[in-house]
Amino acid sequence: MTFQEIADKLSAKFGQNILAIKSDVKPDPYILVSADSILEISKYLRDEENFDFLNSLSGVDLKGKLAAVYHISSLTSKDKIVIRVEVETANPTIPSVESIWKSANWHEREAFDLFGIVFSNHPDLRRILLPYDWEGHPLRKDYQVPEFYNGMKVPY
Amino acid sequence: MEIKSPISSTGKKLRTEEMIINMGPQHPSTHGVLRLELIVDGEIVNEVIPHLGYLHRCFEKHCEHMTNYQQVIPYVDRMDYVAAMNNELAYAIAVEKLLAIQIPERVDYIRVIMAELQRIASHLIAVGTYGIDIGAFTPFLYCFRDREKILDLFEITCGARLLYNYIWVGGLSHDLPTNFIPKTQSFIKEFRKTLKEVTDLLVYNEIFVKRTANIGVLPKDVAINYGCSGPMLRASGVDWDLRRDDPYSVYHKFDWKVIVGKGEVGTIGDCWDRNMVRVLEMEESLKIIEQAIVSIPEGNVQSAIPKRIRPNPGESYGRAESPRGELGFYVISDGTASPYRIKARSPAFVNLSVINEISRGSMIADLVAIMGSIDIVLGEVDR
Repeated sequence: MTFQEIADKLSAKFGQNILAIKSDVKPDPYILVSADSILEISKYLRDEENFDFLNSLSGVDLKGKLAAVYHISSLTSKDKIVIRVEVETANPTIPSVESIWKSANWHEREAFDLFGIVFSNHPDLRRILLPYDWEGHPLRKDYQVPEFYNGMKVPY
Repeated sequence: MEIKSPISSTGKKLRTEEMIINMGPQHPSTHGVLRLELIVDGEIVNEVIPHLGYLHRCFEKHCEHMTNYQQVIPYVDRMDYVAAMNNELAYAIAVEKLLAIQIPERVDYIRVIMAELQRIASHLIAVGTYGIDIGAFTPFLYCFRDREKILDLFEITCGARLLYNYIWVGGLSHDLPTNFIPKTQSFIKEFRKTLKEVTDLLVYNEIFVKRTANIGVLPKDVAINYGCSGPMLRASGVDWDLRRDDPYSVYHKFDWKVIVGKGEVGTIGDCWDRNMVRVLEMEESLKIIEQAIVSIPEGNVQSAIPKRIRPNPGESYGRAESPRGELGFYVISDGTASPYRIKARSPAFVNLSVINEISRGSMIADLVAIMGSIDIVLGEVDR
């Protein structure tokens, strides 16, 4: 399936929830979907279209908005698709897809840790790479490196 | 497994309860600094909670502060520090995809040779140290002796033995030295003997088989759902290799086969299978190198290196098969000379996430066997 075929299928099925089809983004175009529909779309992609493999889930800071980018592929048909969800930085909540692909578990924890995206219904949303008492989310573009951590001066 | 509460000889029943044991961060079987919080009932592991991040060094944040895409490459080296060539290759693929540039064929051939040599070196560490985890010391020495020879080959090529900065976006830092091809050919000849020795010494050794067969069985559907890749996925019986199924570089020109776990001495997807896939893959890598080295075309390895890398705004996900699995780089460009965002999808990170699933109900000693068979490199897990 080409990118356009999958995009057409998704927009026929989910209509309003497909916000934009960015086929002009080179080299990997993506489909922008609404945060509320990501769980349903994931379920559809896995069960109906055979996308059984979540390659990667990345957080992105778009300055004012946060995005979660899902790289999904199929081991049987070798198709690939990129789905993107954007939320306001003030209220960054996205439903977790952990129930669809277990690999999302750690990827979502990583995005939560480094970007502060909250994945609702995640079974175990803790920090994963940083210490559990770390403050702030370092990969945000406006992140200020703290001068002290637990009373210790952070050297540069 | 049901555990009867212990009864003393006077007939008194003893307490049985779960307890928490910390394995690591300083534990030889964790191959680095990884802490596993084990909830155990006696010797039986009920749950494994991994705690990562001891080696986290903000790779992704560093990348955003680079002033040039080439500057990221030394950082990429330090992710999976025992397979640096493969990391560089995956990163170069992602950025070249973003730039849409054509690479001279000679560069592609040399990259494949280097990546496959590196895969052998990495698998030698995996197999050798796995032997140590299980209690077999000798195969480790054989493996490291031959890994040294590969590192010598890298050293005559680019001067470095571990962290090369060799594969650049668009080309290579050096062309092959004149004695590289004969030296590699003689290495291949010698290495086939070692491979047989290791197989005889370790893989079919009865103690080794008893420790690894039917341990940590990872079923096919679980492996896919957890996003496992590389030898981990193939050992579970999934016939999937990016070098064949999403061909990059010049892999499609060579004749080799994808190794899949067969459950020869136990169940498909057990620790023995994962180790065996690595051993057999080394032979396949040798085949690729043999074919590549005789057909390598002439050319200039630096002709396609862009003077100034300033990709158009866009994003690309480039991936390659590293010794541990699918290594992907998600690169977003905003049109400036420094990357807007780079995310590394590291295979060891994803492979490790399945550990709780496959070690539930096993003994603590088996957990060591399972950990070793996943073959993690903490530099890549924590990034």
